[in-house]
Amino acid sequence: MTLTLDAPRIVTTHPLLQVRNVSKSYGSVKALRDVSALAYPGEVLGIVGESGSGKSTLLRMMNLEETPDTGSYTLDLPDVEGNLFDLDRFARRMLCATRIGIVYQNPHLGLLMKHSSSGNVAERLLVAGERSFATLRTKATAALDASEFPLDRLDAPPIELSGGMQQRVQLAKAIALEPALLLLDEPTTGLDVSVQALVLDTLKRLQQERRITMVIVSHDLGVIRTLADRVMVMRGGTVVEAGLADQIFQDPQHAYTQQLVHAKL
Amino acid sequence: MTLQALTKPWEPMSYGFLDGSAKREIRRKMIKAIAVPGCQMPYASREVPMARGWGTGGLQVSLTLVNPAMRVKVIDQGADDSVNAASIRRFIARVAGTPTTMNTLEADLIQSRHRIPEEVLREDQVLVLQVPNPEPLRPVQPNMSIARQMHADADYGRMWLQLYEQIVRSGRVMQGASYPSLVHGRHVMTPSPIPRWDVPKLHMAKHLTILSAGREKRIFAVPPFTRVEPLVFSDVPYKVEDHAELTCHRSGTRGYLMNEIPQDDGSSLFEVSDSEWGVKAIRRRDGEDVALGETWYKNGKMPS
Repeated sequence: MTLTLDAPRIVTTHPLLQVRNVSKSYGSVKALRDVSALAYPGEVLGIVGESGSGKSTLLRMMNLEETPDTGSYTLDLPDVEGNLFDLDRFARRMLCATRIGIVYQNPHLGLLMKHSSSGNVAERLLVAGERSFATLRTKATAALDASEFPLDRLDAPPIELSGGMQQRVQLAKAIALEPALLLLDEPTTGLDVSVQALVLDTLKRLQQERRITMVIVSHDLGVIRTLADRVMVMRGGTVVEAGLADQIFQDPQHAYTQQLVHAKL
Repeated sequence: MTLQALTKPWEPMSYGFLDGSAKREIRRKMIKAIAVPGCQMPYASREVPMARGWGTGGLQVSLTLVNPAMRVKVIDQGADDSVNAASIRRFIARVAGTPTTMNTLEADLIQSRHRIPEEVLREDQVLVLQVPNPEPLRPVQPNMSIARQMHADADYGRMWLQLYEQIVRSGRVMQGASYPSLVHGRHVMTPSPIPRWDVPKLHMAKHLTILSAGREKRIFAVPPFTRVEPLVFSDVPYKVEDHAELTCHRSGTRGYLMNEIPQDDGSSLFEVSDSEWGVKAIRRRDGEDVALGETWYKNGKMPS
């Protein structure tokens, strides 16, 4: 059997990302209960669930913004060893700056709204140590171009841009250093349907061209269905069902998953 | 042993105005600042009879360092004879009984607002710079707790981003004064609002520079022979003010930082900013035997 280049595939038996038995409480609220997740190199893991199900908390942990009460997190990358939750602040910052890209639902969290769009992308390169103005300019332009951002607005500040454009700047910033892992937190929420479709097309193209491992969180099953190879369904801080996307959408086992799939259909 | 022997006779005020514990604290903070070049040390800035923002930080350091054998020089924007410089100089002389001077070569302690003299300072001289805003990260990170973490992590990417934005918007680096500089390859500091012209004077200088912000309660230092490198892109070199070709209309000196004096007809005259350097040049031109020290800049260029 042969697979076409753009077909979902698993090319190695070693997952790139492994989150094991993670639990997190905020006071008396249990946000995550014994959650595990994995993603293989080049595949897209979709996390779906209702508001408050813990999917964004899990994503923030993958971006090392949060530390769980228990559990571990490993990335199968050169020079990255052990439980990443054990890293100190500086090591976390450098790992996130160079190996992990993130696109937030709210662009205000990911962008400097009054700096130029190219400057926002350049910031990521600067953190990684790039100090040539010409190289910064070239790489920022290339990343924005890859995100299908109109280059005539290269130096426009995000505050003057539409929501879709702001998400493209975030995406360009996230991919500027060719990260091993791209985290997407509701990247299309709040965008109108036509812009949603354009952003999803861009994400799909980038994933196929660059084979970046992605984790996408959404409450929109359509978005997950479009992008994900593997799906995790969450509710009340636990994973109620996980598996390959086709399996989840065609033959959902858990009652909540069935409810979600049928509600969407 | 009598009580009289154990106590000092009543005095109207401590030597050098500040009490012993204040001086001790400032001395300790200065030593720490020298030990970690460019790193800001917090201190309990005392009240002095001058408004915050008028050089109270510099004054407290000067009052701590001063002794009766020291000659004190005070500069305000290059001028020794401005109201602020004259007031501070007179105050230090009054409370510490020190001789004062305007001659850079004669001074042991130089307190300055926003300039470094044109004559090269020696190992035995101390330069005290008044600093209004000691935190170079403030324009890019208003939360000072996060700014301190950024210093700890040497996370200075946003400082370069600021320069990137200036080049993108204006075609060149627009930072005129307070040019952010990396000290000893570790901490980024603001060298106080000295012009870009003066920043290279701090690099591997023989003298000790103490920078103090009274309102913001921070002391930092550049010890002798320490690297001070302005932040630049590898392909956009650091540039000082374009004053090399300007001539002072009063003293005739050329190749130093000038003050621009606009004229009624729209033209400009220029006057050397370091007033004492200009005065010495005039006196020498008039035939007096005046010693001129070696200058940092030679023919308007800083030797590399």
